[in-house]
Amino acid sequence: MSAELLQFIFSGLTAGAIYALVGLGFSIIYNASQVINFAQGEFVMIGGMATVSLLAAGLPMPVAIALAVVATVAVGIALEKLAIEPARGASIVTLIIITIGASIFLRGLAQVVWDRNFHSMPPFTGDTPINIGGASVVPQSLWVLGCTVAIVAALWAFFNRTRFGKAILATSYNSDIARLMGINVRFVLLFSFALAALLGAIAGVLITPIILTNYQVGVLLGLKGFSAAIVGGLGNPMGAIAGGFVVGIAESITAGYVSSDYKDAVAFVIILLVLFFRPQGLFGRRGAERV
Amino acid sequence: MRRLSQARTGGLLSLVIVIVLLPLALDNIYHYDIVIRIGINAIVCVGLNLFIGYAGQISLGHAGFFALGAYGSAILTGHYSWPAWFALPASAAAVGMIAFVVARPILRLKGHYLAMGTLGMGIIVFIVITQEVALTGGPDGMPVPPLTIAGTEIYSETTWYWIIATVLVATVWLALNIVDSPIGRALRAIHGSEPASSVMGINVARYKAMVFVISAVIASVAGSLFTHYSGFITPSEAGFLHSVELVTMVVLGGMASTFGAVVGAGLLTALPQLLATLRDYEMLVFGAVLMGTMIFMPHGLVPTIAAMFQRWRRK
Repeated sequence: MSAELLQFIFSGLTAGAIYALVGLGFSIIYNASQVINFAQGEFVMIGGMATVSLLAAGLPMPVAIALAVVATVAVGIALEKLAIEPARGASIVTLIIITIGASIFLRGLAQVVWDRNFHSMPPFTGDTPINIGGASVVPQSLWVLGCTVAIVAALWAFFNRTRFGKAILATSYNSDIARLMGINVRFVLLFSFALAALLGAIAGVLITPIILTNYQVGVLLGLKGFSAAIVGGLGNPMGAIAGGFVVGIAESITAGYVSSDYKDAVAFVIILLVLFFRPQGLFGRRGAERV
Repeated sequence: MRRLSQARTGGLLSLVIVIVLLPLALDNIYHYDIVIRIGINAIVCVGLNLFIGYAGQISLGHAGFFALGAYGSAILTGHYSWPAWFALPASAAAVGMIAFVVARPILRLKGHYLAMGTLGMGIIVFIVITQEVALTGGPDGMPVPPLTIAGTEIYSETTWYWIIATVLVATVWLALNIVDSPIGRALRAIHGSEPASSVMGINVARYKAMVFVISAVIASVAGSLFTHYSGFITPSEAGFLHSVELVTMVVLGGMASTFGAVVGAGLLTALPQLLATLRDYEMLVFGAVLMGTMIFMPHGLVPTIAAMFQRWRRK
């Protein structure tokens, strides 16, 4: 494998890991509530921006990161309590507009609390590139990949090995029956927003040292994470992770070999192709429609 | 009298009366400018409402059609010196063809998948417009020659007011007739249940494609008019946010209500003008208003108010 290709694959994996985390957030919320949360990208932005501002206030990095993640989770919980719960039973279009409204609101808030400028954050462990098979990789990329793998493993264990994780899965299959089985469906809903916000915030903290952040950074990251979720089959968490890496690698290879101008279009072309030819997603099962 | 209480005749008449009387309340260029922009958005929304409100579909990519019409006119008149009155129908025909081609695969999708498919389509249009700098001027946008009628270039806001008003009334009239025709009934059946309507012998795919193309062509015409009116066009017209604004206008005014679409366009176009005085807080308040109205009035303004009025009359 040429060093050049390896280089593109590494940068694709790094971006793909972030899309995977965002896509996971979409899937978790969709499973619990059938809501597509268009404010998912804003969680990423808040995670990054809050860490940057807390670092600037002089806090040590681990404390700053922890506080930023907690703040983002609080925003996620507030979103569910104040915007999603009161609108229960609304149509899909209405819910889409509510979460888009929330994303505009959060961007407006970020612009008031912080500012419109771009901010940078130092990497976790230096910025001397490491040579792997001829490709130079910044240490932060390894942090992104390592943390993503750890999070995916933890989530897998949570959903398959714990009682509450299984309760969440049960709710996503059929919330009425889950409720009859004594599962607190409202808490599951709240918890999935908190979990999605947590994943978004971690993605934001991980990626900010590589890509800079500002109040609008969540828009494109959110949409690409959404593509990851759709490519993998909406509501299929493991599919969302695979979808994230597919989108990330396709994007960096297009940027390297075809045209960097059209890099951002790749995710959306993939979505259209997947939707046209495999509407259930690459890993989803074809379901029959109940009439 | 009874005919007047029907939406098709009475509603259209009230719209014409409002349009004729409105200039009495407009006393400067700035007011005219806002009302013209409302009119342009209303034209798009009346078309989009056929697709969202009546056929029960969703599109997060209609700004793409608006921008394709706008750039079509801008490029044909600016680079190739076509007369504006040829460029407009040519762009609309091209947009109609594009919509027709993407309609079949995209309209097989439902709900969130349809939202995502149309969103992807709109964003691809946005990226192409932004990147093809030689043709479109790229992110900086491009200047557009003015509209000419009988050899005179149209700059005056009052003339534009009457042009947009005429097109708006024509669009509303067209929409009301479609809604009252067998096509409109087929669309409402599809909204109710696609499997049931196909069992009834309605060609679901064909009607959905038809209304998609109609709404795309209407958006394209509005885009062409907008580009000549503003004299300048930037890729943001194709942006995701613009698509969201259009859908919000339709839903805010009230789904499946043609006049609701006009009201929604009016409110949501005027709101940012009022909020502009808030400066940094503009986005914050806009997002909050969007969430608030959708949470408390999920059916939109016009149907909610109409229902209140009905209840009050019954008492």
